[in-house]
This record gives sequence, structure tokens and C-alpha cells, in this order.
Amino acid sequence: MQASMAIELTDVSKHFGAVRANDKVSLSVEAGTIHGIVGENGAGKSTLMSILYGFYQYDKGHIKVFGQDSNFQNSREALAAGIGMVHQHFMLVEPFTVLENVMLGNEGGKLLKQGRSHARKELTRLADEYGLSVDIDARVSSLSVGRQQRVEILKALYRGAKILILDEPTGVLTPQETTELFRILNALKDQGVTIILITHKLQEIMAITDNVSVMRAGQMVAHRRTSETSKADIAELMVGRKVLLQVDKGDATVGKPLIKVNNLTVKDALGVDRVKNISFEVKAGEVVGIAGVSGNGQSQLLEALSGIARIHSGSIEINGIDITRSKPVNPERMREIGLAHVPQDRHRDGMVGTFSAYETAALGYHNDKAYNSRFMMSRKKVRDYCSKLMEAFDVRPRDPDLKSANFSGGNQQKLILAREFEHDPDILLIGQPTRGVDIGAIEFIHKRIIAMRDAGKAVLLVSVELEEIISVSDRVLVMCDGLLTGEVLASEADEKTLGLMMTSTDSNAASNQPEVSA
Amino acid sequence: MSQNQAMPFWMNAILLPLLNLLTAFVAIAVIFLVIGVDPIEATKILVLGAFGYEEGIGFMLYYTTNFIFTGLAVAVAFHAGLFNIGGEGQAYIGGLGAGLVCLTLGQWLPGLLVIPLAIIASALFGAAWAYIPAVLQAYRGSHIVITTIMFNYLAAALMVYLMVNVVREPGQMTPQSAEFDSSMWLPAMHVLLAKFGIEIESSPLNVSLFIALVAAVFVWLFIWHTRWGYQLRTTGSNAKAAVYAGINPSKMIVLSMLISGGLAGMVGINEILGVNHRLLLDFHLGYGFAGIAVALMGRNHPVGIIIASLLFGILYQGGAELAFEMSGITRDIVVVMQGLVILFSGALEFLYKPWLMKLYLMMSRNSAAKEVA
Amino acid sequence: MDASWFDTSLLALDATFRVSTPLILAALAGLFSERSGVVDISLEGKMLAGAFAAAAVASLTGSAWVGLSAAIVISTLLALLHGFACITHRGNQVVSGVAINMLAAGLTILLGVYWFNQGGQTPQLPNDARFLSLTLPGVQLLADVPYVGKIYQELISGHNILVYIAFFMVPFTSWVIYKTRFGLRLRAVGENPNAVDTAGISVNKMRYLAVICCGILCGIAGAYISTAQNGFFVRDMTAGQGFIALAALIFGKWRPVSVLFACLLFGFLDALAVRLQGVEVPGVGEIPVQFIEALPYLLTVILLAGFIGKAVAPKASGIPYVKER
Repeated sequence: MQASMAIELTDVSKHFGAVRANDKVSLSVEAGTIHGIVGENGAGKSTLMSILYGFYQYDKGHIKVFGQDSNFQNSREALAAGIGMVHQHFMLVEPFTVLENVMLGNEGGKLLKQGRSHARKELTRLADEYGLSVDIDARVSSLSVGRQQRVEILKALYRGAKILILDEPTGVLTPQETTELFRILNALKDQGVTIILITHKLQEIMAITDNVSVMRAGQMVAHRRTSETSKADIAELMVGRKVLLQVDKGDATVGKPLIKVNNLTVKDALGVDRVKNISFEVKAGEVVGIAGVSGNGQSQLLEALSGIARIHSGSIEINGIDITRSKPVNPERMREIGLAHVPQDRHRDGMVGTFSAYETAALGYHNDKAYNSRFMMSRKKVRDYCSKLMEAFDVRPRDPDLKSANFSGGNQQKLILAREFEHDPDILLIGQPTRGVDIGAIEFIHKRIIAMRDAGKAVLLVSVELEEIISVSDRVLVMCDGLLTGEVLASEADEKTLGLMMTSTDSNAASNQPEVSA
Repeated sequence: MSQNQAMPFWMNAILLPLLNLLTAFVAIAVIFLVIGVDPIEATKILVLGAFGYEEGIGFMLYYTTNFIFTGLAVAVAFHAGLFNIGGEGQAYIGGLGAGLVCLTLGQWLPGLLVIPLAIIASALFGAAWAYIPAVLQAYRGSHIVITTIMFNYLAAALMVYLMVNVVREPGQMTPQSAEFDSSMWLPAMHVLLAKFGIEIESSPLNVSLFIALVAAVFVWLFIWHTRWGYQLRTTGSNAKAAVYAGINPSKMIVLSMLISGGLAGMVGINEILGVNHRLLLDFHLGYGFAGIAVALMGRNHPVGIIIASLLFGILYQGGAELAFEMSGITRDIVVVMQGLVILFSGALEFLYKPWLMKLYLMMSRNSAAKEVA
Repeated sequence: MDASWFDTSLLALDATFRVSTPLILAALAGLFSERSGVVDISLEGKMLAGAFAAAAVASLTGSAWVGLSAAIVISTLLALLHGFACITHRGNQVVSGVAINMLAAGLTILLGVYWFNQGGQTPQLPNDARFLSLTLPGVQLLADVPYVGKIYQELISGHNILVYIAFFMVPFTSWVIYKTRFGLRLRAVGENPNAVDTAGISVNKMRYLAVICCGILCGIAGAYISTAQNGFFVRDMTAGQGFIALAALIFGKWRPVSVLFACLLFGFLDALAVRLQGVEVPGVGEIPVQFIEALPYLLTVILLAGFIGKAVAPKASGIPYVKER
């Protein structure tokens, strides 16, 4: 029996200048199914979805939506045809209420009060029908991330979406919220909504999709029924060769503790406690991974350890020095006592996009005597140093004068890692080392982290990717709402138990998140 | 995914600014036509006024000196991510500093000592006038554009008060100080060259031009070849990365504004020590704002700034000549030209970029095709 | 004793209203622009150009209303220029503002000299080419009512129409911003233009509309200064009021009613300062006239220094919208 097709793409191509973002892509999505699209960064999946959503127009090929030929000029037309998109970064106006956000663009009249009651009724109906409960009059800024995502889905449904595209929806969710999302998606599927899920998380593909399509380098390389394939199979299709999903590492040889955190409390800029009275140690020669969904205090912890943020109470000992007693406490001093820091958000913190690579290579080490005399900084010496770094970490292209922003994500990250590793620190703080990095580079980076650990460094690894944490760390600590809710040996850790620890705090008190009532 | 294909350096750094400048001139020509002036005639007068005679060239270079100072001032602040519109006030107060040193210390110190002290004073006073807006921006988040503009007005009020009530020569009506003893004058260029047997027409041009050029070299070295310049540029490009790197953005904001204010203040060296030899009102008018145009045209780089300063010197001197020769034009024409340059070199600086890109791509495709054939 | 305090306060408030009017109009103009995400420091230039246009055209046509229309047209054209640079070409918004201020400063004099040959000044307008004080109906009726009568006569009646328009603009702006579809979209564009774009609304169109609103209000402000408050245009007439309005906007946290009070505060202090001229302050002596002149600027700095920490600008303010993936 011929299943009816919600979307049919035939040989769709899209160029950006000389770059072929999509090269003769063909895809068929059955109506009423959940269809996954996987690929590395730059594989072209986001571009493809943007074309479907009307953000971009395709150069060649055909698109049929529910059997109708389509060439959407803007998102309005795509919406009219029934395609709705939930973006990775939410398209919400934070100071507005949920109702106002949903009404935006569909106000129902020149005066807001004209359309308000209709919108309210319709929203309530949709929420009930699909089990998407949310407080309509709450300000979006006060909602948890999971709830905000629900608002995004509601927005699409409100506009009559019959096809829902979700772009990397679980990156910001806890495992529990992810389960909740999957429940919602299944409920939508039962109601006949077609769902396209863009993700790089293979376990999600296996968990919820009916079919999966794999993209690589702008081309569609394979379609599979999810029930007939495996994670290893898909990974190999994504990269074009067999991929090691686990890091090869020997046992750790552990020395004395180089990071000692005691009863540490850190407040954020608004005075709210973000790290709540935690204590832990990282010894030389081991990798301690901190698992947890972002927003649970990891950033504040890293900022406190690296000297960026001030501590409220407690103590931190780095390399034997109690930094809370001695002054000054700033990143420069931390580097002096042997600490290096790979930041979680490299674009925001770790590099300057408009600087040439060699200037980014000096970031944080601009006072280094290797290229500074009393008054002058030798650009030649910095350049040479950068070339050395690029050699050591296989950064491509090997051009110290190229603007930092023009390197690919993986190469940017490798340059930053090279910078921090090559100064031979005793302690390494590493945040999200493989965010936005291709699978090939991921292997490389993980290997280097293990190498530092084997050389006797103390490594603290913060990541939202549980697989990464489990495979790279020796010990795993879990952070939830500013507290350490669990400690497990990596060899004994699994995603389920970690997931549980990531969502409940010790004291059993209600968390800050307004999760309880609709 | 965006068109980050780099245009060749010469297109970006030379052709594009040139096109912007041309557009500004075309706009000026249109304005000339509207007020009943023949643009060709006007251009002739302008160019002749600047180049046609020795005195004109002297005046032109004298203006250029001021523009180099204020252009450098704006550029240094830009590199730290700040918009210093207070050059007018900082130049005014810098001149005050130079003049006060001459009037007070000049009583009992020899000229040879007074001059360097006055030079330092003009930089210090200019820096001091930039200090408060800098601190307010760095530590209170007060919009530096508004505060520096306010400080321009405050400088004007302060100077009027001082000239009328404090500094004025007793018994005189004009609000200005007594003339300094000639030992405290910076030698004028025609005087200096005469010592080497070269005769040129007298003009306000004086040795402060050399000081300006030295300042340009200093800025170039500081911004790109020292670790403080590195910290400044990092703060201006990505303040969060600066924090990560152990740089204190607040300190960098204040440092950059102090240097910026100091550079603008050095206009006082030219005006007070080099030209007027007394404290007076309104010697600073227009140079601070012109500095913005100069910095934008010169892409915030000392070499570009010197070239742009020359251009503006031509515009100023030519403009003065125009106002002199043609009855319908006042010196405000120069303000209009400045505004147009800022508009086309600053706000609309990428106006022609899409066309140039297309041209470049077409050209490179053609040459690639030729290579294959 | 009582009556004279009352009288003095009335006179002070009366002066305050008249002095605040251009500030209120300019600040509301800035509100529209900044709420949509376009930073505008060229309120000053637009006001100046508007003032010149109003005075020049009123002088040539003999009608204040035609002058007002001219002011609005010119100011809106400059606003569109700013929009073109910032919105379509995504240029630096502060730089564009500086350019427009300079162009206005130079062109108003250039054209003024060309047309009127009085060194940039426009001829003194006859009374029927100006906006004059209006007497509201009922003044005679209420004249004998204690206090209320005087308030009505001195404070509420007796202003020119532009003052009434300015005060009316406050609740009107509030209504537009918070109660209409246009206002919802405007605020959204200033906070998260991406959200607006994906909702199918043109970000650029919204910003252009906002910038046009800004131009209209600045034009009225300029016309007020040259054809209502005075009867002519003269060089640099606006004297920084465009920047003070900007400070009031920030101080009023981009909300119409708060902005009104900020402008009234400035107006009151300015009116007070004029009264202090020549007055002897114990211990200090006579306050120098330059200090009085400098007061509004000093106050602006103090205001910006003291209160900024709490004010949160629209999130997308100053950032050109780039549709990038």
C-alpha cells in the first residue's frame, strides 16, 4: 500500500556562492510518521530544513507538500501550507506572555483586545488536545526551558501546522524533559501530525523515529527504516568510515589532589545561589567529568575555578595554593599557578572572531615572556608560536593569518585546545570540548584529553553529552541545581542512573522550576 | 555559509573607501547646484585655495596637524569599542592646560622647560576631561556617547567663564589671556625653515606637525605591537573573551579614553603654543568632530588617518577659501562635507560592497575560464 | 503668604510645561525608534532641521501650519536616511546619527544664508505665522473659582497647540505601544527580531515604520522651537535638547509615562535655573551665568551616572538584523 507522502523532495540543490550546501537531495517523508534527519555539522540538514520552512529558496529541484508543488518564498507561505518549525534557539520574545508570543503575527485585528479571547480559547483547546499544558499568562522569561519549548510547539500548532520540524530539540533539556517531549511527539503523531526530527544524537533516532535519513557533505546518502538499522550503522554513514564511539583508554594512575573544592558557594550577577555548598577533588592523572544539563551551576563553577567569578563562601585550592585566601584572584593569576581553561562557549569567551588565528593563539597568554619584551610584543614570534600550535594539533588550514572566525568549528576548538594544552598546565578545566565539532575531530580531541591525563595532569571535564562524559572520564560527578547529586565511577555509570541524578536534588525540596502545575 | 569570500585587500582597503569618498563629493556637487554655485568653479577655488599658493599649503598642513590628533583620539577609543565624541571638549580643555602652564610656570621657568611641560599638560588636561565619562561608562554603564557630548557643552561653559572672569587681561574687553612670551612659542615652520635658508610664506603651520606624526607612530606601536594594545583591542572586539583572558575591561575602557582624551588635548599644543600664543575662546571648534570623520575614513589606522587628515586639511582650507570668495557660502559647507564623509565612509561604508563582490566574482570567473582554455 | 507660594508654583509649572514640550516630543520620538531596536542619537539633528524648515517655510508662506508640515516632512526624510543606513545597509547606528547631526547643522545654515542672507537666521515671523497661546473655553466661567480657576487659567489654558499635542502624545503613544497590533510587533522587533521574522512579519518594514514615527515627532518638536517658543530660526537652536531627550528616555526606561516625568523633571530644573540667574546664593555669591547655562548638561550626566544600572534597554537595540544561519 502506498503511504501518503507529507513531503517529497526531488534533487533539491542550494548554493551559497561556491559552496554547495545541498547537492541533489531527495527525501520522502511519510505522513503521520516521525522522520529523523542526521548528519554532522555542515552536512546541510539545517539548510534543507530552512528551505522547507521558507527561510531560503532552493536553486534547483522540486518540492511537494501533501502532493502540491511548492516553492515557498517566505515562512508565511510555508506556514500556510502547514509546515511549522521549532528552532534550536527559541524564537520567543522573553518579556511577553505566552499568549502574546502565540498571537504575534496572528493577532486577529489591529487592536490586541479584538483577537485575545479567540486566541485564548484556541490555545487552551490545543493544549488540552495534545497534552501541552502551560500557563498562558506567564511571562516566557519565567518558564523553564522545557516549558518554553512547549510554547514553541503550541505556536506552530496554533498556526495550523500539520508538519512539525524540530531542530536539535533536546540539547537544552534534562533527560526527564526529553522523555516528556517524546511523549508529546508521539501524541502528536497519533493525531496525524508529521514530525521531522533533526538531531545528531543517535540514541534519540533509535528511540523515537520511524525512519531516518542520513546527510553527509551536502548530499543525502542513505534512508533507513529505524527498526532495520543501528547506531553504529548510522554513525558510519554519517562519517563515511567506521567510527570509534568509545575512547580507547587504559587505567588511570592517580597522584595527589590538584583541585580541592570545599563547601563552595557561588552566586550569580543577580545574587542568586548557583553553586550551593559543594565539595570535591580532582587528582593528578585523572579525569573527573561533571554531568548535567546546562544551567545547573556548571558555568558558575568553572568561572569560580578559573578566576573569572568571585566566590561567596568556601574555599578552592589549586595546585596546593588556597586561592580564596591569596589575592588577586583573576584568570591571569590562575594561569600563572598552572591552570588552563577551555571555555564552554568558545565564540563568546575563548576566541576573538575578528582576530587572526595567531592573535587568538595569544589570548590569555598575552603577557607571556616568550614573545614579549619589556614594552613590545613581537608579532613574528606570536605567529611562529601559532604555527607550532597548529602543527601540534593538526589545525587546518595551517594559516596563522586567517581570521579566527573563518576556521571550521572543529579547527577553532583544536586551536583553543592547543593553546591551553601546550602551555603545559598542571590543571585543565575543559567545558563542552566537542560542541559544534565534527565526529573526526571529536576522536582527536578525546584522545588528546586522555593524553594529558596520562601525563599526570588533573582534568575537570564539563559536558552535557553523557556519552562523552562516560567515555572520557574516570569518575563522574552529577550536578543538578547547584548541588552535587551523585558520584559514580565511569566504568559503572550508565545514562539511566546519571539521568536520574541529573533531575533530582538531594534534599527533596521543590526545585525552582515551575514544573509542578500547568 | 554567508559570503565570507574575501575580496582582495586592495579592493577592500582602497577601492571601497575611494568610491565612498567619490559619492560624498557627488553629493556636495548636488548641494552646490541647489544653492546656485557652479561645482566646477567651486572645486577650482577649493583646490587652488589649498594648493595654489604657499600660504594656502601652510594653512592646510596646520589644519592637518589638528586632524591627526583628533583622528588618532577617536581611533584609539574605537579600538576599545568606544565612541569618543568628546574630542571637541577634550581639545578645548587640553588647550587650557597648555595655556595655564605658560601663564603660571612661564613666570619663573625658562621657555625651554615650559614648552615640554605645557605639552604634557595639554595631554593630561585632555585626558582628565575624558576621565569622568570613561569611569561612568565602565562602572555605571552610562552611555559614553551622551556623556561625552554633555562634556563638550560643559567645556564650552567652563572656558567662557574662565576667559571672561579669570584669565582675561585686566582692563581688556576681549575674553582672552595676555600673550605668552615668545620663548614659550613653538616655532612656526616658516621661522624654522628660515634658519636653514629656506624661505616660505608665513602661515600658522608649526613644529607641532612633527609632534602629531610622532603621536601617530606611537599609536601604531601601542595598538598593534604592545600587550596593552592587544588587551585594548580584545576588549573592543569581545569583552567577554577579554574577561576570560584575564583582562579587566573596565580598566581598558578607562585607559583607552585617557589616551584618547590626551591625544585630542594635544590640539592645544598646536593652537595655543604654536599659533595663538595666548588662551582664548573657540580655538578648538570643529576639530573634534572632524576627527570622527578622519578616523572613519582612515579605517582607524594611523596611516589612513594621516592621509585622511591631509584630505580634510584640503577641505578645510579650500572651504575657507570658498567662503571667502563666494558670497553665498559660509564655512558651514565644511561641516556638511564632513557629515557626508561620515555618512558614506562610516554608516554606508559597505554601500558598494555587493556590486564590487559581483564584479570581483565575474572577473575571477573570467580569468579562471581563460586559464582553462 | 499662601497665595504667593501658590502663584510661584503655578508660574514654575507653567514654565516647565513650555520648556519640556520639545523634550517630550523628542523623547517619544526616540522611544519609537529604540523600542524597535534602532538606536537614534540624531534626534538633535532632526529637531534642528525641522526647526529650520518650519521657520523658513512659515516665513515664505505666512502660515505656521504649512511650516509645521514642512518640518515633519524634512525630519522624516532625515529619519528615512538614518533608516536606510541602519536598517537596509546595517551600518553603525551611532555613526549614522553623528553624520545626520552634522548634515543638519551645516545644511540649515547653508540654506538659510542662501535663502535669507541673514547669516543663517530666518526672518522674525509675524504673529499670524506663529503658533500662539490658546485660551481654552471656560476660562471666564471658572475665573472666580478659588484655586481651580487660577490653575485652569494659568496652567492648563494659555499654551499653544503644540504643547497640547505633546502632552496628548504621551497617552497616545502608550496606547499604540501596548494596545495595538503595531505596538506588539514593534516591541517584539526590538527584543527578538528572529521571532518576528519567523512569524512571517518583515523586520525591516517594522523598523522603517518606527523610524518614520520618530521623524514625525521630531519634526513637531523642531517646529515648536522655531515657530511657537520663538519666532525665528538661529544657528544651533536646539542646544543639545535632542541629547537631553535621549537621557530622559533612558531615565524613563523607554516607557511613555515615565519618560514624561523625566522630561518634566528636566524642564522644571531648567526653568528653575533661569530664575536663579543673578540671584545671590549665601556663601557662594552670585551664580555665574555660565553655570546656569551648563546646568541641564550637568544634570544629564548626573542622571545617567546614578540610575543606569536598573534600566534595561530593548534587547536587540543597536544590533543590525542579519538573517543568518
